[in-house]
Amino acid sequence: MKAHEVHEVPTPMTVKYWTRGTLIVGAVALMGMLGYLYRMFFGLEAATNLDDQWPWGIWIAIDVASGVALAAGGFTTAALAEIFHKEKYHVITRPALLTALLGYTFVVIGLLADLGRYYNVWHPMLPSMWQGNSVLFEVGMCVMVYLTVLYIEFLPIVSERFRGRVAWPGPLKAFNKLTEAMLALADRLLGRFVFVFIIMGVVLSCLHQSSLGTLMVIAPTKMHPLWYTSISPLLFLMSAIAVGFPMVIFESIIASRSFKLPPETKVLSSLANYTPMLLGAYLVAKILDLTLRNAWGYLFEGSLQSFMWMIEVGGGVILPIVLLSIPKVRKSVKGLFISATLVIILGVLLNRINVFLVAYTPLYSVKTYFPSIIELMVTIGLVAILVLVYRFFVITFPVIAVHPVDRAKQSAGVEMSPAGAKRNK
Amino acid sequence: MSLQRRDFFKIAAAGSAALLAGKATASTDSEVQDFKSSLGVLVDTVVCIGCRKCEWACNDENKLPTQELKAFDDKSVFARHRRPDKAAYTVVNKFTDPNTPEKPFTMKVQCMHCNHPACVSACIVGALEKDPLGPVVYDSWKCIGCRYCMVACPFQIPAYEYSNALDPQVRKCTFCFDRVTKDGKKPACVSICPNEALTFGTREQLLDVAYQRIRNNPDKYYQHVYGELEAGGTSWMYLAPCDFSKTELPLLSNDEIPKQTESIQHGIFKSFLPPLALYGLLGLIMYTKRHGADEEEDGHESA
Repeated sequence: MKAHEVHEVPTPMTVKYWTRGTLIVGAVALMGMLGYLYRMFFGLEAATNLDDQWPWGIWIAIDVASGVALAAGGFTTAALAEIFHKEKYHVITRPALLTALLGYTFVVIGLLADLGRYYNVWHPMLPSMWQGNSVLFEVGMCVMVYLTVLYIEFLPIVSERFRGRVAWPGPLKAFNKLTEAMLALADRLLGRFVFVFIIMGVVLSCLHQSSLGTLMVIAPTKMHPLWYTSISPLLFLMSAIAVGFPMVIFESIIASRSFKLPPETKVLSSLANYTPMLLGAYLVAKILDLTLRNAWGYLFEGSLQSFMWMIEVGGGVILPIVLLSIPKVRKSVKGLFISATLVIILGVLLNRINVFLVAYTPLYSVKTYFPSIIELMVTIGLVAILVLVYRFFVITFPVIAVHPVDRAKQSAGVEMSPAGAKRNK
Repeated sequence: MSLQRRDFFKIAAAGSAALLAGKATASTDSEVQDFKSSLGVLVDTVVCIGCRKCEWACNDENKLPTQELKAFDDKSVFARHRRPDKAAYTVVNKFTDPNTPEKPFTMKVQCMHCNHPACVSACIVGALEKDPLGPVVYDSWKCIGCRYCMVACPFQIPAYEYSNALDPQVRKCTFCFDRVTKDGKKPACVSICPNEALTFGTREQLLDVAYQRIRNNPDKYYQHVYGELEAGGTSWMYLAPCDFSKTELPLLSNDEIPKQTESIQHGIFKSFLPPLALYGLLGLIMYTKRHGADEEEDGHESA
């Protein structure tokens, strides 16, 4: 095991950027951008199905709330590898960090589409507008600081790629020396103090992951009792922690497939070992909560809400606990992929949609909310753009750890294609 | 709850938690005042004749799209229950008590200007504020348009200008704030009301008036002043001929709506101790595990 990891080094991927797959993703991304522009030019009424009864739709429930939850791989992996020093997981810390960084960046981009006065998004930073009672204020501040921390944590990777190789094109050449000096300084400072930011990232994550769960607690009369609980913040935090590793597994398997690398099956399987325990704790909390609040009755009222709760918990929590407790499932790539994605990730996604949309029943609603075409285009499009940017990053920067032999194979396959050669300037 | 809050602000004032000190201190007035002197309006739906002149006066005062006064005589709008929206801060609806179907009554609805407004607690930038005089006022200059106030409001009052792509605002009853505080007049709706169905005054005065009317005409009034206690009390209060479940007003407990989120919030951030403790704990784990680990390479490689 140790011999194996010594040889794996984070390396920029040497593959063609555009393939048939990325072209399709690119088309979806383009649609998303058009939807985004449409919202910016014509406003929320034209672009969305929101109204006075339904002020929040999928841009909040999916782009923001689920986006934050599904970016939890960043802080959970950092905690495991850097704080608990489980060294074998170092191979996945960089991909997890990058996913979190891009995930949060896109949470902000998605949020800007939803904000009516997006140009004021910086207002919470002004001390004159600080509002310590607002849950949203806390979420906003934490996300803002955490995003900064993520970029700082990513700096060493940028520096690793460019130190001693800075070559600005044309007249910008004059800045080569300065950039080198800045990279060197950043490296020296961060090498020593990066632990400050790593711990900070975990603390900030715990804070805002849980606070997202507090948001809807302010609407006691509009929320369905299956989800209305004062321990909602705890449930949000526990589910975010539980979904962190599955998300990393999911991405790692897709990445190795896309870049024609052998999957990190051993590391991923042992990572998946934690999941039944983490999900189990979440399940216990959820069940205890329903019991203490005496709310089991709502589960059998035959409403949409009771049905959605059963799918969320039965399909998204209990089923994957069972699946991942089977060693055979845990040790196969396919088993991991299906139990980690289709089940856990969709389960947490469904939970966030349930809390923000399904459980929410406005008082005088005449119609129920369903996202518009534009809303769906933007949400799906943002995911597509995220995938494209991720691909750009792992081709440009040393993020994914590769065994030298596999690397040689991968480059050999690409050098033959002119596009790949051109990219390797 | 209030104790916790007081603690919180004490600490904030001490400077160790300067981060949250800013605007939040403004809401400590809930500790100082009991809202007796808050400005409010008593809506007496027993006296209301459903003339809808208040709707016209409101549109006129707030420069909302409107029609001539005569057009508001149209009673056909009562066919359905309307809600206040971006173009009408108040509307009058008609209700019938099934026990006395021959005597329908009419009720004006608008922002209740709560004593403990959920919208104010929710607002990320303090664009909505509870003025010490009572009204809940909105400052669009601060607003980022997140619409969390609309999620939070237990009366489902704030409306939004979704159709405005560049400068959308939250719209709701302003309590004619400038008219009342600067010009010393009554709110426009109260001024025009021909039948004194609307009474303007302090909450203390209004409650006296309300209970007096209930006492004097016990057969005409249902024995409850809506808004005295609901959701921790509201500036606008209602009298009705029957129990309030027959009206559009939501049945609420007396709990302040933002109570729970605020206590969770201030519990987590109590003088920043929990986050700092977590930070320290994680740091300790990082330190001890690092030196206890027998790995040959240290964590710096990827850091």
